[in-house]
Amino acid sequence: MRKFPVGSKRGLLVALAALGVVLLSSCATNAPQDFLNHPEGPAAVSADHLWNATFLIAAVIFFVVEGLLIFAIIRFRERPGREAAQFHGNTKVEVLLTAVPALILAGLAIPTVRTIFDLAQRPDNALNVTVTARQFWWEFDYSDNDVITANVLHIPVDKPVYLTLNGEDVIHSFWVPRLAGKQDVVPGRTNQLTIEAPHPGVYYGQCTEYCGLSHANMRIRVIADSPSDFDAWLAEQQQPAETPTDPTAAEGQKVFLQGPCINCHAIEGTDAQARVGPDLTHFASRQWFAGAMFENTPENVSAWLADPPAVKPGSKMPDYGLSSDDIQKLVAYLESLK
Amino acid sequence: MASVALPQRRGLFARPTATKGFWSWIFTVDHKKIGILYGATAFFFFLVGGTEALFVRLQLAQPNGQVLNANVYNQFFTMHGLTMIFLVVMPMGVALMNYLIPLMIGARDVAFPRLNALSYWIFLFGGLFIYSSFFLGGAPDGGWFGYAPLSRLQPSHGMDFYSLGLQILGVASLAGAVNFIVTIINMRAPGMTLMRMPVFIWMSLVVSFLLLFAMPVIAVALFQLMFDRLFGANFFNPAAGGDPLLWQHLFWLFGHPEVYILILPAMGIVSEIMPTFSRKPLFGYAAIVFAGAAIGFMGWGVWAHHMFVVGLGPVATSAFALSTMFIAVPTGVKIFNWLGTMWGGSIRFKTPMLFAIGFVAMFVIGGLSGVSHSIVPHDAEQTDTYYIVAHFHYVLFGGALFGIMGGLYYWWPKIFGYMLSEGLGKLHFWLWFIGFNLTFAPMHILGLQGMPRRIYTYPDGMGWNFWNLIETVGAFTIAVSVLIFLWNVVLSRRRRMEAVADPWDARTLEWSIPSPPPEHNFDEIPVVEHRDDWWYRKYTTKPSGEPARVYAGGANGHDGEAGHGIHLPSPSYFPIIAAIGPVVIAYGVIYHVWPVAILGAVTSLVAFFGWVLEPQTAEEHH
Repeated sequence: MRKFPVGSKRGLLVALAALGVVLLSSCATNAPQDFLNHPEGPAAVSADHLWNATFLIAAVIFFVVEGLLIFAIIRFRERPGREAAQFHGNTKVEVLLTAVPALILAGLAIPTVRTIFDLAQRPDNALNVTVTARQFWWEFDYSDNDVITANVLHIPVDKPVYLTLNGEDVIHSFWVPRLAGKQDVVPGRTNQLTIEAPHPGVYYGQCTEYCGLSHANMRIRVIADSPSDFDAWLAEQQQPAETPTDPTAAEGQKVFLQGPCINCHAIEGTDAQARVGPDLTHFASRQWFAGAMFENTPENVSAWLADPPAVKPGSKMPDYGLSSDDIQKLVAYLESLK
Repeated sequence: MASVALPQRRGLFARPTATKGFWSWIFTVDHKKIGILYGATAFFFFLVGGTEALFVRLQLAQPNGQVLNANVYNQFFTMHGLTMIFLVVMPMGVALMNYLIPLMIGARDVAFPRLNALSYWIFLFGGLFIYSSFFLGGAPDGGWFGYAPLSRLQPSHGMDFYSLGLQILGVASLAGAVNFIVTIINMRAPGMTLMRMPVFIWMSLVVSFLLLFAMPVIAVALFQLMFDRLFGANFFNPAAGGDPLLWQHLFWLFGHPEVYILILPAMGIVSEIMPTFSRKPLFGYAAIVFAGAAIGFMGWGVWAHHMFVVGLGPVATSAFALSTMFIAVPTGVKIFNWLGTMWGGSIRFKTPMLFAIGFVAMFVIGGLSGVSHSIVPHDAEQTDTYYIVAHFHYVLFGGALFGIMGGLYYWWPKIFGYMLSEGLGKLHFWLWFIGFNLTFAPMHILGLQGMPRRIYTYPDGMGWNFWNLIETVGAFTIAVSVLIFLWNVVLSRRRRMEAVADPWDARTLEWSIPSPPPEHNFDEIPVVEHRDDWWYRKYTTKPSGEPARVYAGGANGHDGEAGHGIHLPSPSYFPIIAAIGPVVIAYGVIYHVWPVAILGAVTSLVAFFGWVLEPQTAEEHH
């Protein structure tokens, strides 16, 4: 009976070690928000360096303490003929075991504080983007370039992007894990965050401050382009929307401009100028919509238009009871907005 | 002790006389009965909060889960947190404090027995009040942390129940804290100096002071939220110049001491169990006491580590990073002292000891991940991910709940007079231990793989599927272990293996009296000569340093007839009546039905008059 807990504990440790191996290998699988194995942006990488040191120290302390615990369990278990030693403490050991952790922590504190100040600096030659978070989507305003878009943020590679974060309704948090740590978007305040992508590609992120019903569905996609691709993209986005040539799309434009849509949305080059919901000028150029919750396909857009809160809980866009005919026309129009 | 049927004054100002049965529990002011009521209620809420957790795990077991919709999920995760913190771990600590403080310091009751009953009833009614929101249009759904402005904008009445319900629970905590502080400072047996007090008593004292200072802070925040929601105030409305961060500062200025309110009782429990089952005095008693007090003080200087990404600026952030790092030092001291207590001992692996060892083993993990949060640049990645969920479950489940479970197994024979089955106890421990690690260890990985907290769903293709499924399996393993505990209670009660006064050969005063203790606790108030006084009445120290038994031990000369003529506080009608008031007021305020609110206020007022005017004792006591 006495052996039971001891043996199991040792077995458990082996099992845990095996689990650790499985765990580390499983981390290599495709996890687009993984910042443990794939930090890429400079901010994420410098945080990762601190983490590596901390984890190493923590792992050593973990094995020492748990090792001592298991040793004590085995060595000092009740056995016939052995009495417990009756000591009350050991001042030298106690002082030592207080001082050593304090010194270790001091060692961690120095690089931590240095990195905190480094990351707070405003970068030179940055691209400026103003981010506004709303339930439950993101607006990206390239203020210097006269472009406003939503949910999908295009950035050039190897160039710091200085985000100015504005809150409106409730607190949200901007987080693209592989690029940088998160920064809250607080109504009534302005926060800043610098992100930078070293490689072209799509970086996943999402809101990380609980913000209501569709907190889980408030996602971010950052697309890092080569400088030339980015410039081309920017030039595209600066153009007003083209007048649709396809007849269904033209009908859709009428529905858009005469229906409830223009109360909330803007399409440059038309009368629609409201900025309550996402700017739709180049809607079709975006790969995702509705807080990057859905891929931008005609099927998804028509399901959305049929009843937004049904597919995205708490959506501020209500069900307008659009006819399927109108929906078809609107989809044709929206998908023409390249 | 039985009341004799003498003619007595009837009516409002007589005191109730039932000593057995239902009414004796309703009107009791006996700290032991109140302790049991607290414990039973907290355990009931533990089952409820655990069920909510199981639903959350079912929903997240697979991507695009369909078990709960977003609205219900948000209510469940909010209520799971509120329940486990305010209705389970806190009152479980209070239950043990209630039962044990007088027994461990050699007193016959707490300083203010009626106030103690009032605390319990307010707590019970407050808890039921919050839960009634499920039937009144929706439970709180703004997170247990209730961040403004979301909490002031959520459309259902849920967050009204939150603001008023927590306010009510806070009254219960404050009353309890005052009571415990006065009891511990003023009612110790002769010779029980502060540095002879059991560590559990020390931790109770620290926790009570933390409650005393922390509760008013959240009371302010909750009143502001209530005024924002119900009376159109703008404390947290940025459009009108209010500041959402005010809520966060107030909430965490309460919230971080609250963490220590939750964990320190468990540390006290472990500090009692470890020496008993190692058959050694606690290693570094003074260091453990001072570490507990130091945590109590430093706990006030770390709150902004919950706010590293709200934009406080590098200076404030660095300051709180440092304070957060260094609160790990006194915590580490405690870990080493428990190891030192086992060192050189003769360890018996009874169920309470397994839970205590489990506490140390798991709390180390929670402590280390806690230090990793103070690495601010990386915390900006970790925060609001499942890594944080893993961390605080290692502290509050791996820590607080392991400690409380150990405490329940340890003191169960004392409280109920029968032993729990060791076999089932060990099965409970191992399933609980394995289930706990299956549930919460993978959360570290999920967090580092970018899974945020408080999301009711996640899409396929994020790399999160496998560990989420494992976690759900783990959660149900824990549920099975809890059922085994319940079965253990039922079966052991039926088998009735009577507990002797001192079944574990323990060290503190509560083991010197019969199990369960008589209503008056001690026939004679003990005179204390040592720390671990009961141990030194049983054992003397041989010249070689080994303990030698002084006498056969057992109950401290109880003859069963003793106790007559001891003055004990009489039961009272008024605590439970007074406790009804706040809840009635709260319903009235939420629905703006002022006559109801006034009725509630009048109820409490009348009860307090009765409280003051009732006779000091039921005269028949003798």
